[in-house]
Amino acid sequence: MSVPFVSTRNGLPVSLADLPFIPTPEFREGILDRVREGFRLAALFADDGPSLWAVLADDDTGTLQVGRTHLSQPSFAALTPKCPQAHLFEREIAEQFGIIPTGHPWLKPVRFHRPWNEGPDAWGRAGEPRPGVMDFYTVSGEEVHEVAVGPVHAGVIEPGHFRFQCHGEHVFHLEIALGYQHRGIERAFLAGPHPLSLKQAETLAGDTSIGHAWAYCMALEGLVGRSLSPRVDRVRGVALELERMANHVGDLGALAGDVGFLPTASYCGRIRGDWLNLSAEVCGSRLGRDWLRPGGLRHELDPGLAERMLPRVEKAWADTQDAVELLWGAASVMNRFEAAGKVDPAQAKDAGLVGVALRACGHPRDVRKDHPFGPYTAHPVAPAIAESGNVHARAWVRWNELKESHRHLAEALEALGRSPAEAAPEPLPPLALERFVVALTEGWRGEILHAAVTDGEGRFARYKVVDPSFHNWFGLALALRGEQISDFPLCNKSFNLSYCGHDL
Amino acid sequence: MLETFLVRAVHVALHLTTALLLPPLLPGLIAKTKAMVAGRTGPPVLQLYYDLARLSRKRAVFSRTTTWVFLAGPVGTVAAVATASLLVPFGSSPAPLHFQGDAVFFAYLFGLARFLTVLSALDTGSAFEGMGAAREVSFAVLAEPALFLGFAALAKSTGSLSLSTMLASPGFSFSRAMAPLILVLAGWAIVYLAENSRIPVDDPNTHLELTMIHEVMVLDHSGRPLALVLYGASLKLLVLGALLIGPLFTRAFGGLLNWAAFWGLLVLLAVGVGLVESFTARLRMNRVPQFLVAGILATAFAFLLLLV
Repeated sequence: MSVPFVSTRNGLPVSLADLPFIPTPEFREGILDRVREGFRLAALFADDGPSLWAVLADDDTGTLQVGRTHLSQPSFAALTPKCPQAHLFEREIAEQFGIIPTGHPWLKPVRFHRPWNEGPDAWGRAGEPRPGVMDFYTVSGEEVHEVAVGPVHAGVIEPGHFRFQCHGEHVFHLEIALGYQHRGIERAFLAGPHPLSLKQAETLAGDTSIGHAWAYCMALEGLVGRSLSPRVDRVRGVALELERMANHVGDLGALAGDVGFLPTASYCGRIRGDWLNLSAEVCGSRLGRDWLRPGGLRHELDPGLAERMLPRVEKAWADTQDAVELLWGAASVMNRFEAAGKVDPAQAKDAGLVGVALRACGHPRDVRKDHPFGPYTAHPVAPAIAESGNVHARAWVRWNELKESHRHLAEALEALGRSPAEAAPEPLPPLALERFVVALTEGWRGEILHAAVTDGEGRFARYKVVDPSFHNWFGLALALRGEQISDFPLCNKSFNLSYCGHDL
Repeated sequence: MLETFLVRAVHVALHLTTALLLPPLLPGLIAKTKAMVAGRTGPPVLQLYYDLARLSRKRAVFSRTTTWVFLAGPVGTVAAVATASLLVPFGSSPAPLHFQGDAVFFAYLFGLARFLTVLSALDTGSAFEGMGAAREVSFAVLAEPALFLGFAALAKSTGSLSLSTMLASPGFSFSRAMAPLILVLAGWAIVYLAENSRIPVDDPNTHLELTMIHEVMVLDHSGRPLALVLYGASLKLLVLGALLIGPLFTRAFGGLLNWAAFWGLLVLLAVGVGLVESFTARLRMNRVPQFLVAGILATAFAFLLLLV
């Protein structure tokens, strides 16, 4: 622990001058030691230095430890063998900068693009790589067969490729190849903030506009040292919880639909619309686009509007309760939910899962509680947990989060109805020079991390985004081990991960 | 003489018209029931007729890996089930074709239809369709005994192996055979849901290939062959439905009253299926055999009761 990692907090910038380059072996040991002590590897990324940056979250004390190291050559000893949660970060580093994590047991491309620095490709691929072109893990033997699903699916959903190694209905292994949605948003942030950067942040994962926009705003506000009024924070809290309500309700309905249980499926489809419409009431967009802006809000929530929204929230909540409670009362549904998609709690932690998927394994990790931001310091929310790690647990966590979100929403709207609206915020001044900031929010899927490094002119030298889906896709693969292949769609829906949030 | 012939001719004409024209109404009724329970408007009851008209004007797309076997599935299914529709009595009036042992012929026509569908699925070489074919035949192995044990019970009770006598036999319904009859109907209700790939065995509305049983086998069909597949499925709903509601009739329903009662019961059956689908979730795939075995047990006990 003598290694000089720097301790900071959510949204609190660190001057690069205070952030020394740690020698690579100590940097590596420092990460491994901390992970062994129970820290989480929230982010590990490279820049063109070439150097490596690590963000370790200590969820018990609400602190973040950050460190960086300069690499003398484009390779380093992989952390993955001792710290599995680094596996996808290291693959990403190899792909973005051609830096090889030597000894990585599963070094495959993540998003199928050329290295950013136009240097040699980690896999020696010539030309523009094509998504899904890689060596898949295979199982051989008589009666073992392979099922390939996607990237084009039945239904209007995003593209992703799934390879199952099966023996009859039994799944030995599922490998997931993504990258079809790669747009290069992280790169587009470089030398920013650009006029479009907020828009791009909102579309990192289209169903998590508020979660990502808030993280982006928090990073910028940290970099200029702007603190927000409690009222603005509360409005942002309303925005985030409305997003959570809409998505969790939609997910519970979709879970019911996947087992062919129509009542909940049909009602939740409509009720999700009610929650989305509440967002539209304030900002004009059902997905919460353009609601936030760095320094405050683009659309203030007037006291009158808050008062008018409150009965609609109560109505939507009553409908939600009616629809969802049908689910818990149907034995045929419970039978399906409880039998499928179990993730081992220890593996969930080792693999670095976040959000709903992690809480469903009994780990009470929630950024709103562990690294509170915005209104959640003054108005805490209790994390919802379930123990069994299966589809039912993930549904149950969503249900309990709905209850908590509703409570938070109702309180916030009532408070907002009593406090006068504030004037539009001043535009942000230029960003502080040579700073590093980490902004965490709890989107409805889980932890969203935005990390920004500014250069000598106050522009982004590196901007890192970690969507919860980046951590959790591997959780889906774990959930399928030893399962029935016919339960895949149900397991998949219980995670409901974002393809574009992963592919960036 | 002429009069009996005319009455008979009218019955046969009604039988053929019902078998040919009525089937696409049943899926529409099921869908409408489900929609109404869920508080939706839902598609029109006649939707399948519109779909068939639309598909019949479309060209089919064939994968390069397929051969003539691929077409044998839809054509053979409709042919086999249409033949079966001639053997089963609609209500209490005897079927157009009846002979001793037609029950066995009837059962194996469905076997033939399944065989051809499975071959046509395997012909595409797709992993999905192969998976669906494997599931279809595994579950059929368990559905068929229930059908046959039901036949055995009815044959024992009526002393006949012809469907027209077995199903529409007077004096059967309200005699000491009441308990076995209820058991046969319960077992056959399970067979009905399984054979027609309805919830809780299969979900005809899902878009998730990996969970499908029957639907996944016909994924590659398009245009007119797809129209045949859809029509064949609705015909199956009607023919097996006639099997299920046949024993409920007594000779009391004669003439046109018989037809009105038959159509009415078909509508009730479709609504019943819609209600089952509205209130239960699908079974987990590895639980389906238990459900089907319940059908075997019900019909087996019906048979045993008649032996004593």
